[in-house]
Amino acid sequence: MDKFQIKNMNLYYDKFHALKDINLNMQENKITAFIGPSGCGKSTLLKSLNRMNDLVEGCKITGDIRLDGEDIYGNMDVNLLRKRVGMVFQKANPFPMSVYDNIAFGPRTHGIKSKKQLDEIVEQSLRDAAIWDELKDRLKKSALGLSGGQQQRLCIARALAVKPEVLLMDEATSALDPISTGKIEELCLKLKKQYTIIMVTHNMQQALRISDYTAFFLLGEMVEYNNTDTIFSSPKNKKTEEYITGRFG
Amino acid sequence: MRINRIKETAMQGVFFLTAITSIAAVVLICIFLFCNGIPAMAEIGFFDFVGGQKWSPTNVPASYGILYMIIGSIYVTAGAVLVGVPIGVLTAVFLARFCPQPIYKFLKPATELLAGIPSIVYGFFGLMVVVPFIREHFGGSGSSLMAASLVLGIMILPTIIGVSESSIRAVPESYYEGALALGATRERSVFKAVFPAAKSGVLAGIVLGIGRAIGETMAVVLIAGNQVQLPESLTDGVRTLTANIVLEMGYATGLHRQALIATAVVLFVFILLITVSMQAIKSRSENRG
Repeated sequence: MDKFQIKNMNLYYDKFHALKDINLNMQENKITAFIGPSGCGKSTLLKSLNRMNDLVEGCKITGDIRLDGEDIYGNMDVNLLRKRVGMVFQKANPFPMSVYDNIAFGPRTHGIKSKKQLDEIVEQSLRDAAIWDELKDRLKKSALGLSGGQQQRLCIARALAVKPEVLLMDEATSALDPISTGKIEELCLKLKKQYTIIMVTHNMQQALRISDYTAFFLLGEMVEYNNTDTIFSSPKNKKTEEYITGRFG
Repeated sequence: MRINRIKETAMQGVFFLTAITSIAAVVLICIFLFCNGIPAMAEIGFFDFVGGQKWSPTNVPASYGILYMIIGSIYVTAGAVLVGVPIGVLTAVFLARFCPQPIYKFLKPATELLAGIPSIVYGFFGLMVVVPFIREHFGGSGSSLMAASLVLGIMILPTIIGVSESSIRAVPESYYEGALALGATRERSVFKAVFPAAKSGVLAGIVLGIGRAIGETMAVVLIAGNQVQLPESLTDGVRTLTANIVLEMGYATGLHRQALIATAVVLFVFILLITVSMQAIKSRSENRG
């Protein structure tokens, strides 16, 4: 089933035409990877899915992006959209507060006050992010004291705590060591049973290892979109082939 | 090569001298204050001085108790904090996170101008506007604790706004984006994610403002009433430590004069405490960051 449907979408930063006529459907409970060289628009597209581009001055979007058939740039409440479509950033950005308060931030935002309920959500989210065992004795400690990999998994847990349907990951492992990266990849494979995951990655191996579908972008255009296996074994487009075999990028 | 080394050494000397000048000034002020103030305190008796309720230096026998002025300074400063902190901090949040650029261009210089207005002008403003207003609407003579608190509250605004705004701006944008991405509104993201991260900077701004309020003299002397008494209501007059010094220094001689300098010693200790707590806040925030 299609979770996101993007139709004839164009995005401009003032005069700059950053995304050109994108048509793309992304399936529920799958991992979709966006690949392409820097500046190709893949992060821009990702940020359009939870409207984080609204923060960028001069950003204009035409066309249609639908979540479960509902136009996200239409009447949908943007805060509700962001609750449904969570995001993990390139650089881990835990708030300067305790581990517990970091996770509870989202649920509190959406009106959950009961201590018991929050306790449950915090534990469940940390378990889902496979970091409960490491942090269960440090819930009251500042999140800034954690290692980079732990911080990123904490941010994933924080995103899960608001019970999203989609998880956007913007090069979420690019700042991490291989072991932490491996843990997060494993986590993604586990999470896709419950969530739809859309990720931007510079790491071709990563796309190949964990994604079900891959979209290749170049200069604001989507060049090719297919099963990850197909894209990597028999790409239809010459440019795709050149990119994944490392001839440019 | 040699000339270069001589230049180097000479410049080192120049820098050392300039650095030592400001330190020397502080040290000399300390020596002056304590040399003149401590003997007076000893003669009057330390507890009779800071705990005494009667100030009548021209009576025979004279009494030199400054308790009510210590309390007066604390009251006035607390009043200024009550007025200035909410306004200042919220203004800083607005300037740093919500203010549209065209308004900012006008508002920011305006808050800075507030800092440049001489204190005597604030005093006049208080005397001509605030005091009559209080007289008419709240009773009393108008020259009062309330008048001083209001005007001082305005005077400390630029300090609080300036320091708070820059510390809010220093918070990484990623906190704001992180909160938004969880579905928080703009306001919640600012107040629950960005603002807490700037807390120690905001606190530093408040402490600096307190320092300014407790040391302020000219504006206060014009509008506080200056009676040596324990104010029982907001419309009662009050005399601060600074006002006491400036009112009587012109004609004081002998022990009276020394007692005024000892008053300044007490004020100095207050400022010292504020500076120390300021440093503590700073080092705490550095340790955390």
